[in-house]
Amino acid sequence: MAAASGRTSRLIGTWGLNLALFAVAALWLGPYLWMVLGSFKSLDEFLHAPLAPLPASFQLGAYRAVFQSIPVGRYLLNSTVMALSIAALQIALVLPAGYALAKLRFVGSRFAFVTVMACLLVPAQVTFVPVFLMLSKLHLVNTMAALVLPFGASALGTFMVRQALLSVPDELIEAARMDGASELTIIYRLLAPMLVPTLVSLFLLSFVFHWNDYFWPLVMTTDDEVRTMPLAVALLREQGTGVRWHIVMASNVILSAPALAVFAFAQRHLLRAVAARH
Amino acid sequence: MLRPRNATHPYLMIAPTLLFLVVFFILPLGVAGWRSLYRWDLLTPPEFVGGQNYARLLETGEFTRALGITLTYSVVVVAGCLVLGLLLALALNRPGKFVGFVRASVFSAYVVSWVSVALLFVWMLDANAGLLGRALRGIAPGGMLSSPDTAIHALAGVTIWKITGYAMVVFLAGLQDIPKELYEAAALDGAGRWSRFWNVTWPMLRPTTAFVGTSSLIVSFQAFDVVRVMTQGGPANSTMVFVYAIYEHVFQNFRLGRASALIMLFFALLLVLTGLQLWAWKLGTGRREAARGAGARARA
Repeated sequence: MAAASGRTSRLIGTWGLNLALFAVAALWLGPYLWMVLGSFKSLDEFLHAPLAPLPASFQLGAYRAVFQSIPVGRYLLNSTVMALSIAALQIALVLPAGYALAKLRFVGSRFAFVTVMACLLVPAQVTFVPVFLMLSKLHLVNTMAALVLPFGASALGTFMVRQALLSVPDELIEAARMDGASELTIIYRLLAPMLVPTLVSLFLLSFVFHWNDYFWPLVMTTDDEVRTMPLAVALLREQGTGVRWHIVMASNVILSAPALAVFAFAQRHLLRAVAARH
Repeated sequence: MLRPRNATHPYLMIAPTLLFLVVFFILPLGVAGWRSLYRWDLLTPPEFVGGQNYARLLETGEFTRALGITLTYSVVVVAGCLVLGLLLALALNRPGKFVGFVRASVFSAYVVSWVSVALLFVWMLDANAGLLGRALRGIAPGGMLSSPDTAIHALAGVTIWKITGYAMVVFLAGLQDIPKELYEAAALDGAGRWSRFWNVTWPMLRPTTAFVGTSSLIVSFQAFDVVRVMTQGGPANSTMVFVYAIYEHVFQNFRLGRASALIMLFFALLLVLTGLQLWAWKLGTGRREAARGAGARARA
């Protein structure tokens, strides 16, 4: 009897916990769902029945309005080109720098390492004014260069690669040298493939951060040509007169879908990348 | 460590990285420090004024106000993330499809852009068209975002929703690091669930907690996107956090000297917070080694 009632209370406990966890999932997924449903409503429904969960009929008018008012393809392309260029540049530069810091003995290596680490302390919110003035003197404001170059080197990435290389035995590199491999071959052909997990982490963290970034493109561009998607979507709302929530939410669906797709695709890697930083 | 094949090699390898970092991070910091001593509106040549920009920021109370608002926001965010992140990690620290699904749902908000999340909640909190705004009409009839008393808390709530997934993931990693032997030893001593939590989990998680606390503190000190999209510093300047105040000085008032001075003060605060984080991190490595020792002892 006692055993049976213990089992029953444990069963209730398990189900209670599962119910609570289901509520948690709903708390986080609900808003997205609400957003998607809202994007299919008409202006009329927003004015008269804003809380009706389902649209009266699924309208594509909001999406049509988004595509008419902003060049969506252009902005998505800008965002992607910017984030990919930054990630590619970072990976290309991080490998030799990490190799020199982890594996080579040279005068000033300690100083170089401290300089790299010090940059981790300086966020873009602190540097943007002088960088903006410098780039405008060079007539680079409103160009892709202003969005990409400031993030060309990654202090965090350099540190990650250095740490990963510390555990690679020196003998391996010596053997490659004996075989006549050049230093560049050693870095990009021999070591890079061994560092794939670290590089994937760096790529994902960097890509997601810069694809989503709002601050830097906002302060570095005034021109439609090089605007990125987050900027365009935020502006769409600022320009909107009155209640045009269906249009704002349609543009928001377009903005968040790629990020969620990347997440669905690379969930395991992304979770590992985030957890490994602590 | 190896001898470089050629004495110039290491310098050539590190030069591109150092060049980028010096040009875009270290020099700008120096320039901001130098320009903080000038009055400068971009139109007329900069005029040297010494410490006047700093004095004005302190005299007018602008610095204290920005600090107060940023701290209010940060304290709510940090507390929310720590409590929710830890509770979720404890509940979700087991294998299984459903549990994995819940974990992914919570973490997904961390991957979506701040702009998306902020826009979504501007709508949700709207007093007329929003689901939450309608429900909260009792406490905020015009919507939480349009009252100076509630706006900053609404921003903090949205931020908690956005970054709790991060706290949860780090806590989960921390839980995984706790040696199983410690729980087995505690169970042998007849410790119940609560006792195991207070005597094993909680003390072992302290460094993780310190890390999550300090890193969410640093993130919330740098808040900008959520403010810019949801309130633009208003209503009545009640959400004028540091970075937004700096942004306004530059792009609305064209006071570059004043902005630079505020940047330097903000940076000094960030250094203090990073010092805290470094302390938390050291605590973490020390603890983890101690944990390994304790695990080994329990095994022996």
